[in-house]
Amino acid sequence: MTNNMKKTLKNSRRSPLAAILVIAAGLIMSGGSYAVATAAVETSTAKTAISAQEQIVEGEKLFLANCATCHGTNGVGTKAGPTLIGVGAASVDFQVSSGRMPGQASGPQLDKKPVQFTDEQIAAMAAYVASLGVGPEIPTADMIAANGDSARGGELFRINCAMCHNAVGAGGALTEGKWAPALAGVPAKHVYEAMVTGPQNMPVFNDANLTPQDKKDIITYLNYVETNPSAGGYELAGLGPVAEGLFLWIFGLGLIILITMWLGAKSN
Amino acid sequence: MSEKAKSAKEHKYEGGLAVVSADKVKDPGLEPHRVRMTDKSDKHERSANRQVAALFLLSAFGSIFSIYAYFAFPITEDLATVRANNLWLGLGITLGLFGIGIGAVHWAKTLMPDAEVSEERHQTRGSEEVRARAIEIIKLADQESGFTRRKLIRRSMYTALALFPLPAIFFFGDLGPNPGDSLRHTMWKKGTRLAKDPDGTPIKASDVTLGSVFHVIPAGLAELHHDKLNEKAKAAVLLVRVNPAELIETEERKGWSYDGIVAYSKICTHVGCPVALYEQQTHHLLCPCHQSTFDLVDGCKVVFGPAARPLPQLPIAVDAEGYLIAQSDFNEPVGPSFWER
Repeated sequence: MTNNMKKTLKNSRRSPLAAILVIAAGLIMSGGSYAVATAAVETSTAKTAISAQEQIVEGEKLFLANCATCHGTNGVGTKAGPTLIGVGAASVDFQVSSGRMPGQASGPQLDKKPVQFTDEQIAAMAAYVASLGVGPEIPTADMIAANGDSARGGELFRINCAMCHNAVGAGGALTEGKWAPALAGVPAKHVYEAMVTGPQNMPVFNDANLTPQDKKDIITYLNYVETNPSAGGYELAGLGPVAEGLFLWIFGLGLIILITMWLGAKSN
Repeated sequence: MSEKAKSAKEHKYEGGLAVVSADKVKDPGLEPHRVRMTDKSDKHERSANRQVAALFLLSAFGSIFSIYAYFAFPITEDLATVRANNLWLGLGITLGLFGIGIGAVHWAKTLMPDAEVSEERHQTRGSEEVRARAIEIIKLADQESGFTRRKLIRRSMYTALALFPLPAIFFFGDLGPNPGDSLRHTMWKKGTRLAKDPDGTPIKASDVTLGSVFHVIPAGLAELHHDKLNEKAKAAVLLVRVNPAELIETEERKGWSYDGIVAYSKICTHVGCPVALYEQQTHHLLCPCHQSTFDLVDGCKVVFGPAARPLPQLPIAVDAEGYLIAQSDFNEPVGPSFWER
């Protein structure tokens, strides 16, 4: 027994797998300790109270480190990124807390990615960009509460939004690789901020076009659609007649064909 | 005639003009009879018996269940109750009807006699005697009614029958009214204010900031009672503000925009869908139906898709109070092509 044990021990020391395991262990240790260290740094900074001016200074530091490459120092813009003067805190809050910014791959449209900053850092950057020029502000909790008129919101949604985002907000395609994202699961704050800032290729819906009450009604409508099952039955992701037709052609017609085949077949 | 002596089977078949070939396909006869399990084994017959009964009882259950569902899932003020009501009533009725049908078919297939039967296809042509008698009767009818003999009656009857359908041609004219020139004009006139859809509040030029898209109807449309949808379907307009430096304008249209604010008809020139998918950065306008793409800064000319003509532009200006107004109607009919366009 011990001879076998000794033999297996000797073999595993010589095995090429051992080298891989040692390297993996080393990487995990160094990566893990770095993650722990940075987490410790983040949590420690979050605990200190920040004044408005400190927030702007902190935001400028973060901006220079993460954003200035494309958006220029002082947010004036470069060939790679537009100017941020006048976009307001709402733009920063929307783009960064939905993960779209910092933009990574260039292409027709930037998509949501895992968020890279904490809420405090986002607030700091938003404060800094807001200090560059007057722009839309982050909406208050009352402005985005879903207690408006969902019927009116539905009418406004169908007039202003449904052509790109689909009648129930299931999203839609635009030209050449762009798209209007689905609105299910999007926080009300982001819906408001997107309307008021007009991110990427979405047009701007300022407060003269859709008043804050109009925007609240739209948020109420989207909330209603998301939380209430469709009265007509299974929605098929709300995609409309093509999805429903496909369902009927495959399952409905398939069932009819199977029944017809059974009807004409002789019994065993 | 010896027709009476001949039986139907021996009646000579005349192919008429068909080509009768010598080696045509032979009648293969009936396929060999395959004995069913329910005929071979008592156990299978009994189980088929039970299956048919089960299907009928399932139908009975379905019918009773749908009566229960009518009371158990009522439709109330809450719209969501429609879903449950439709589903369970529907399933109950389906089961009720389908159970009877499937049960009957299963009964016939498994338990009823399955001997193959051939149907004889006899000539439909009657015997000479029958045909002669038929001709006799027709001649008698003509004689007794006097149809051939009485020319005045016959000709006046033809006149009455020929004229009878004619009024319908004129009644069908009431399917109109004809569109006349209603496709060439919209509600827009000189001085009509641009208003927001749907409430009809007028729009100030200063409200339209860079990158904004307003969905516009003529002032007064929201209060219309008669023909509101028809007028809206022609007068819908998209109002967009772009950077004036990017705007490419022809000489004659230089005064049609205001400081980068342009207004175009929303009705696609292809089949008439509302074109409102505006992409802010590329300033393209996409129609969702067939993907016609229009370039908003270049007179909405077609850059992709099946549309043949650019979107008509509404000339706009600003009145004394700062509200946007139309300078005139569109310079061409809006929407898809039509024959007289």
